[in-house]
Amino acid sequence: MNMHAQMHTAAEKALLDAYDQRMADLPGDSAVAVKRDNAIEMLKAGLPTKRIEAWHYTDLRRLLTSVPDFEPAGNAKALDPLIEGSAVLAILNGQTTGHLNNVEGVTVERVFEKLQNGSLAPALEPDGNDDAIGALNTAFVSDGWHVTVADGTELTTPLELQDTQDGGQVHLGLPVHIGNSVKATIVERHAGKRPGLTSCVTNLVVGDDSEVLWLIVQEQPEAATHLAQFNAWIGKNARLTVFVMNSGGKLVRQEIRVITKGEGSDFQLRGINLLAGETHTDVTMVLDHAVPNTTSRELIRNIVTGRAHGVFQGRINVHQIAQKTDAKMACNTLLLSDDGEFSTKPELEIFADDVACGHGATVTEIDKNHLFYLMARGIDEKTARGLLVKAFLAEVIEELEVESVVEALESRLDAWFATHG
Amino acid sequence: MLEIINLHAKIAGTDTEIIRGLNLTVNAGEVAAIMGPNGSGKSTLSYIIAGRDDYEVTEGDILYNGESILEMDPAERATAGIFLAFQYPMEIPGVATMEFLKVAMNEQRKARGEEPLKVPEFLKRVKEAAASLSMDMNMLKRPLNVGFSGGEKKRAEILQMKLLQPKLCVLDETDSGLDIDALKIVADGVNALRSPDRAVLVITHYQRLLDYIVPDKVHVLYRGQVIKSGDKSLALDLEKNGYAGVIGEAA
Repeated sequence: MNMHAQMHTAAEKALLDAYDQRMADLPGDSAVAVKRDNAIEMLKAGLPTKRIEAWHYTDLRRLLTSVPDFEPAGNAKALDPLIEGSAVLAILNGQTTGHLNNVEGVTVERVFEKLQNGSLAPALEPDGNDDAIGALNTAFVSDGWHVTVADGTELTTPLELQDTQDGGQVHLGLPVHIGNSVKATIVERHAGKRPGLTSCVTNLVVGDDSEVLWLIVQEQPEAATHLAQFNAWIGKNARLTVFVMNSGGKLVRQEIRVITKGEGSDFQLRGINLLAGETHTDVTMVLDHAVPNTTSRELIRNIVTGRAHGVFQGRINVHQIAQKTDAKMACNTLLLSDDGEFSTKPELEIFADDVACGHGATVTEIDKNHLFYLMARGIDEKTARGLLVKAFLAEVIEELEVESVVEALESRLDAWFATHG
Repeated sequence: MLEIINLHAKIAGTDTEIIRGLNLTVNAGEVAAIMGPNGSGKSTLSYIIAGRDDYEVTEGDILYNGESILEMDPAERATAGIFLAFQYPMEIPGVATMEFLKVAMNEQRKARGEEPLKVPEFLKRVKEAAASLSMDMNMLKRPLNVGFSGGEKKRAEILQMKLLQPKLCVLDETDSGLDIDALKIVADGVNALRSPDRAVLVITHYQRLLDYIVPDKVHVLYRGQVIKSGDKSLALDLEKNGYAGVIGEAA
């Protein structure tokens, strides 16, 4: 990370102090403890600043101004599942709660126990010196659900990994192993009553010929800090679609890092960011097309109100052997206020010569012609604007095609508009 | 019903005057045609009546049922009963056509103090109106006007007009882009709306549409003014002899 010669910020100091105080209570065997110590050394060097390229638009050192204490006794409550009928695996204030009732082909274990017995130690590995989220999470990760889906399983109802909290600090790991020829929809949900600091690292392995829809729905309280990392490896002829929706938090960074490991694999990213108030939300994707004949599409839509600042960084690396890669990325933003801001950085790094890759980014206001057309039919300006903004976002949601998923996400949109519209 | 008095209007933020002292009266029960060469201000007039803010009225007034509408926004004018069938209807991705129709109908009902339509009643009305225009209901499942052909868009405009039941209908070059069969269907749709308490303003370049929607009055627009008014024979005369004669007379 950064080699600051200067003093630690208050937030850095709070994190280091918290580690000293919590060290003895954190779960894990000696192998885990070594990983934690290494991670804390990275944090000692300081949080990343805008001088680090991957953090250029999100100067974490400046933006992370305070760190709450640990409050494991908080009063979090489980929520109804996002999609009706889902099997919910709850995490309340950072602790796994309850169990999974007989979902065929799915086994779950507690990350707490897998830290205690050391079996997760090898997975605790920040990705280089700039991986602040990896380091923070490695230092403090305490629980989460470890999910295994057996070969050939077709999940008829979605599985929801539900993190709810009531202030304090929560550090989660969500390792999920999907076997071969699996069909599954999995919801990763983050919400809370009182703002806190959350770090969450999801590691998803998708086996050959599997088809996975992964929905990340982040609806943290307005003042929350949410630092998340989603890592995925996609097997041969497998399809992974990730949908990410950010509609909460004061300081949010969602990293999405995907590697196509098997030929014929496909990755789809769809995202919507609903940004309001004085908030900062960053979605950073790094996608590696690492083998020949893989495809990807990324479509991110943002609306920015108030004094919010949004960021999308999308980097696609096409490795030299990854011939016939077909990758397209687009990021469209509707700016609805004069003081809102959105920064987009698309990057293509291509080492293969027979590929089709492209990207595009737009920042626009509401189309005046569209607005006039709707108003000319008697729809008042506020309602007409609402329709157009929703239409802009609904296009991304409707592409998911599964009716129950589309309805669930649109209801979350409506909920956001009801309070911010 | 509609009275336009010495109207002057320019493109907002410029000095380009498009409407230059226009006077026009359209009575309830009347179908009036506005004809004129390209650039005479026909479409601009339709936009100004509908309330588009790209134009700025600098002088004169537009009275609708005796009251000025210049301070009303487009939605207020629409709920008061003014309807513009667009020359180029907007494609709006992401807005489902049926949802749009429902919101528009219910917003207008709300403004009139009426209860929103129940879903079965709404569907019944849309189905009836669509059938009368030979429109496939499947088309209405698509986003608003997206992927519609030119003719389909025009039919969709008339469909909206039928559903919203306006009092003053302004049709801006509704005939452009229509083949003869579609033209007949659209004209039948408009004729079905003719009634003693409704006025229709047909803006067109050609006489052709007026064979099917027979006007009570014809007004010739040139350089932002009505330079001649007459009955339907004026349209036939223009078709035969072009605009040059009329323009010459006025000059």
